[in-house]
Amino acid sequence: MSDDLRELYQEVILDHGKNPRNFHEHDGATNESRGNNPLCGDQLVIYLQLDDDRNVVDASFLGKGCAICMASASMMTDLVKGRSADDAQAMFQAFHDMCTGDGDETALAEDMEKLSVLSGVREFPTRVKCATLPWHTMVAALKGENEISTE
Amino acid sequence: MTISNKAKSDPMTYDVEAIRADFPILARTMHDKPLAFLDSAASAQKPRQVIDAVSRVYENEYANVHRGLYQISEAVTARYEGTREIIRDFIGAVHTHEIIFTRNATESINLVAHSFGRNFLSEGDEVIITALEHHANIVPWQMLRDATGIVLKVVPITDDGEFIMSAFEDMLSPRTKLVSVAHMSNVMGTILPIKEIIDKAHAAGAKVLIDGCQSVTHIPVDVQALGCDFYIFSGHKLYGPSGIGVLYGREELLDEMPPFMGGGDMISSVTFEESTWAKLPHKFEAGTPAIAQAIGLGAAIEYVNNLGLDAIGAHEADLLNYATQQLASMEGLRIIGTAPGKASVVSFVLDCAHPHDIATIIDRAGVAVRAGHHCAQPLMERMDVPATVRASIGLYNNRADIDALVRALGEVQEIFG
Repeated sequence: MSDDLRELYQEVILDHGKNPRNFHEHDGATNESRGNNPLCGDQLVIYLQLDDDRNVVDASFLGKGCAICMASASMMTDLVKGRSADDAQAMFQAFHDMCTGDGDETALAEDMEKLSVLSGVREFPTRVKCATLPWHTMVAALKGENEISTE
Repeated sequence: MTISNKAKSDPMTYDVEAIRADFPILARTMHDKPLAFLDSAASAQKPRQVIDAVSRVYENEYANVHRGLYQISEAVTARYEGTREIIRDFIGAVHTHEIIFTRNATESINLVAHSFGRNFLSEGDEVIITALEHHANIVPWQMLRDATGIVLKVVPITDDGEFIMSAFEDMLSPRTKLVSVAHMSNVMGTILPIKEIIDKAHAAGAKVLIDGCQSVTHIPVDVQALGCDFYIFSGHKLYGPSGIGVLYGREELLDEMPPFMGGGDMISSVTFEESTWAKLPHKFEAGTPAIAQAIGLGAAIEYVNNLGLDAIGAHEADLLNYATQQLASMEGLRIIGTAPGKASVVSFVLDCAHPHDIATIIDRAGVAVRAGHHCAQPLMERMDVPATVRASIGLYNNRADIDALVRALGEVQEIFG
């Protein structure tokens, strides 16, 4: 197996992909958005519960997608819990830059370090959207947009 | 034209290694592994004969067609128009002018939806398609529905991916004006019983369009014997260039249909008050056409004819059988589309991994397949899968390609198992 494949499919990604955290609907969600990658058919819904000060009290997701997409959504929903909306938005930017190669994993804040396991997608340009779809969808939910498409 | 004489048209002596030598790209590697190209249903590779034919046009024969009053323009016009005759012969049409050049199969269907659909169909008229159609044979009819108020009906399929004839018969009515169906499913390889479909549709007074994109590369087609009204396909799946497609239509229908696009080459005369249309086929070919691509398609058809579609079909059926056996023996693998008599395509899902993860991993092993919804989202929903991996077999594939696929899937299972 090639090194970049090993890098892409690290144990922790396989684990999140198989046993995604926060994988459920959310009755108390104040914001939700549907993300769609029409190229591959990946679809997911991100549920956010925001309080009056726009802090993310809780986050969850449902959907169908590849291991990269599911792992990314799983880790993201873990990470944004307890953050302000502005923080979550800033995390999206840092993660996006890491995946597209504009930034690197060493630039991630300490509390985001675990996302560096997804930096392997840089070597797979067609798979970058798999990793970023949940994040794009989360940002859309923050903005009150009900639907986004990555095309 | 030089055509390989290394390959014989007898299935017993079908020399796939000699045929592979005609396709320069098959000698390259992908990620330093021999290329196992199993994505011909998306677009096929081109033999040297096609590449040379296209190069020759640009190097020595190029000028615009139908316009130049000089030797090379007249010569390339004859070559371009000669391709129409090659295609007429290939599908058994009566007249050469029943062969219309388009950009691709999608444009061929859109041409019929606009020119035939918008002029001869009206509110309440019915168009019948099937649950296994490519988006190209769904969306143009939805657009026609939204513009004119026609009703779109969809013939269901079985769990094996077979067309349900009784459901089709129940849908036919005096309001049925057009039946538009694939000859072969691009996802499952199902061959539809189009002769029976055509006969039943005609008995109900409907016209029939057959989407032959997938079938013309595997099955001999005779539009007169079939009796279809339209037959469409693309060049790039038939080992020819991209940018060229074909619409066959029966003369009397094409004569009645108005032009699809206006411009040069499709007119008889133009004044600012009015214009009159050119005769068939040029009425439907506005603007400078894809000249070298059309000539390249002619070379591709001659290449296929030289091998013989019967021999090609037999080779591919043997390989499909081998692939199906190999894949079916893998744990956790489920084949989507198991209709008897299917051709050249095997779609599948693995329990342990999503099709995209599979495609990424086997790409690194040099194996090219398609993963996703294959421009057939309603079919994915019907078969209750978000996506599939599709390995498709062309005339140049061999057992080593299938072995490479199976070996690479083993790696997927290692990672995800």
